Amino acid sequence: MNRQPGFTLFCRLCAALPVLLVAGLLVFLWLQSRHALGPALFFGDADPVKAILGLAPVWDGIWPACAGTLCLVALAGLTAVPLGILCGIHLSEYATGRSARVLSLLVDILAGAPSIIMGLFGFALILYLRHSIAPEANASLLLSGVCLGLLVLPYMVNATATTLAALPADLRLLGPALGLTRWQAIRHILLPSAGRGIMSGVVLSIGRAAEDTAVIMLTGVVANAGLPRSLFGVYEALPFHIYTAAAEYRGPEDLERGFGAALVLLALTTVLFLAAGTLHRTMENRWRKGA
Amino acid sequence: MRLSALLTGCVVAALLAFLVHFCLPLLDPKTLAGLLTADWRPFHGGFGILAMAAGSLLLALSAVPLAFPVAVGVCCFIHGLGSPRAARLVLRAVQLMTGVPTVVYGFVAVFVLVPLLRAAFHHGSGFSWLAAALGLAVLILPTMTLMIHSQFQVAEPRIRLTAAALGLTRAQRLLHLVVPLSRRGFAAALVLGFGRAVGDTMIPLMLSGNAAQLPGSPLDSLRALTAHIALVVATDSHSLAYLSLFAAGLFLFTATAGVTIALRWIQGGGRP
Repeated sequence: MNRQPGFTLFCRLCAALPVLLVAGLLVFLWLQSRHALGPALFFGDADPVKAILGLAPVWDGIWPACAGTLCLVALAGLTAVPLGILCGIHLSEYATGRSARVLSLLVDILAGAPSIIMGLFGFALILYLRHSIAPEANASLLLSGVCLGLLVLPYMVNATATTLAALPADLRLLGPALGLTRWQAIRHILLPSAGRGIMSGVVLSIGRAAEDTAVIMLTGVVANAGLPRSLFGVYEALPFHIYTAAAEYRGPEDLERGFGAALVLLALTTVLFLAAGTLHRTMENRWRKGA
Repeated sequence: MRLSALLTGCVVAALLAFLVHFCLPLLDPKTLAGLLTADWRPFHGGFGILAMAAGSLLLALSAVPLAFPVAVGVCCFIHGLGSPRAARLVLRAVQLMTGVPTVVYGFVAVFVLVPLLRAAFHHGSGFSWLAAALGLAVLILPTMTLMIHSQFQVAEPRIRLTAAALGLTRAQRLLHLVVPLSRRGFAAALVLGFGRAVGDTMIPLMLSGNAAQLPGSPLDSLRALTAHIALVVATDSHSLAYLSLFAAGLFLFTATAGVTIALRWIQGGGRP
C-alpha cells in the first residue's frame, strides 16, 4: 500500500538521474573519441618510445600534457603529503582546546576556498616577487605544483587527523603501557595502524591535483609547450588541454583528441577516487573487526 | 610537527594577507566607487565588478534549488524507497560523480547541453545563465546528496522501530519522520552546495558566455567572479584590472570562509 505515489515517483526519477548522467557521460565520451583512442592519441605521428624518452617531439598527441600533469601531481604530492601528515598528527595527537579548534577551522577554511583563489595566490606571489627580490620571477611548473599542493593540503590533514582519531582506544593505551614516549607511540604504533587511511588521503589528493584546472590556468600552463623542460618553465597539462580543445579546436581531429583527453583524465581520476574509497573502506572494516 | 601546523595556519594567513595587500589601494574611495559599479569596460576606465558578483550569486542561487530537490529525492530512494540493490547502484553512481573533473563536465556540456538549449529556445548562442546553472547543479548534486545521505544514516536507525510500531509505509516514514529529523543535514547541504557553486571556475567559464553584464533572462549570458579572474589573467591588461581581480578574490574568499563557518555552526548544533 502506498499513499504517496507522487512522492515515490519523484524519488525514483531523481534516483535515475545520477545513473543516467554517469552512463551518458561515459557513452558520449567513448562514442566521440573511439576513433582517436590508441597510441596515436598520445603520441601523434611520433615513435612512442622516443616520445616517452623525450627524444622526439610530439606534435598532435596528448603525451606532453600527460607528462605535465604527472609532474604537477608529483610536485603537489611532495608539498602536501609530508606537511599534511605532520599537521594531521599535530591536530589529532598534540593540539588541545583552543589551538586545536582554531587550527581545524583554518584547515576547513582552506578546504573550502575555491581553487581559483589558490591560483590567484600564486599569481600574486609572482607579482610580489617581481616587485621585490626576484625581478625575473615568472609563472612556472614549480609554482603551479606548490599551489596545487596547498589546494590539496587540507585533504591530507583531514585524512590523517580523522584516521588517527578513529583508531580504537586500546591501541592508544598500548604505547604508554610499553613505556614508549608519545612520539615513539605515534611513530611505531599509531601511524602504521593508520597507514591505509592516510594512503586514501594521498590518493584522493592526487586525484584532486590532477583534475584541477583553475589553479594551473593562473600559474603557468600554456597550450603548446611540449614536454616540461625544467621546474621554472611553462608546461602543458591535461585539464587545460581539454579546456582549450573546447574553446578553440581547429578541426574534427582536434576535437576528437579533446574527447580522448577528457576520457583519459576521467579514467585517471575515477581510478584514483575508487582506489581512495577502497582504501578508506578496508581501513574502517579492519578496526571494526579488530575492536 | 608544531612547525607544520604553524605553516598550515600561515598559508591561510598568507592567502588572506596577499589578498588584502593587493586590495589596499581599494581603500581610496574613488577607486572603490569605481569597482563597485556594474560598469566593466577596461578600455574606457570602467572596472566595476558588481555585475560579476551578481553573476556569481545568481548562478549559485539558481543551481542550488535545481540540485536540492533531486538530492533529497535520491536520498529518499537510497533509504527505503528503492530495493537494496538499486540503492547501492545509485549510491555508487553518485560517488562516481564526485570524481568527475569539472573540466570534463564543462567540456561535455559545451557539446551536448549548449546545442540543446540553442535548438530548444532559438535565443542567442546557448552559452547562458541557464546552461551554467544546469552544469553547476550537476556538479553540486553529489556533494549535496552525500551530505544528506550521511544525515539520513544518523536519523534512520533511531526511528526505525517507532515507524514500524506505528505501521507507517516506507514513504510515510521518510516523509513524516526522517525528513523532518534531518533538517540540520538539509541546511548543511544547502550551504555546502552554495559554497561549491560559488567557488567553481570551469563551468561558469565554459558555459555562461562570459559577457560582463546583468542578465535579463536565464537565456542571457553572464560572467561569474571566478571566470572573471581567469579571463582577466589570461588577457594581460591594465593594473586597475588586476586590482579588480584581487577585490573579486577577496569577495570569493570571504564568501567561502563564511560558508565554512556557517557549516561548522550548523553541524555543531547552533553553537560556534
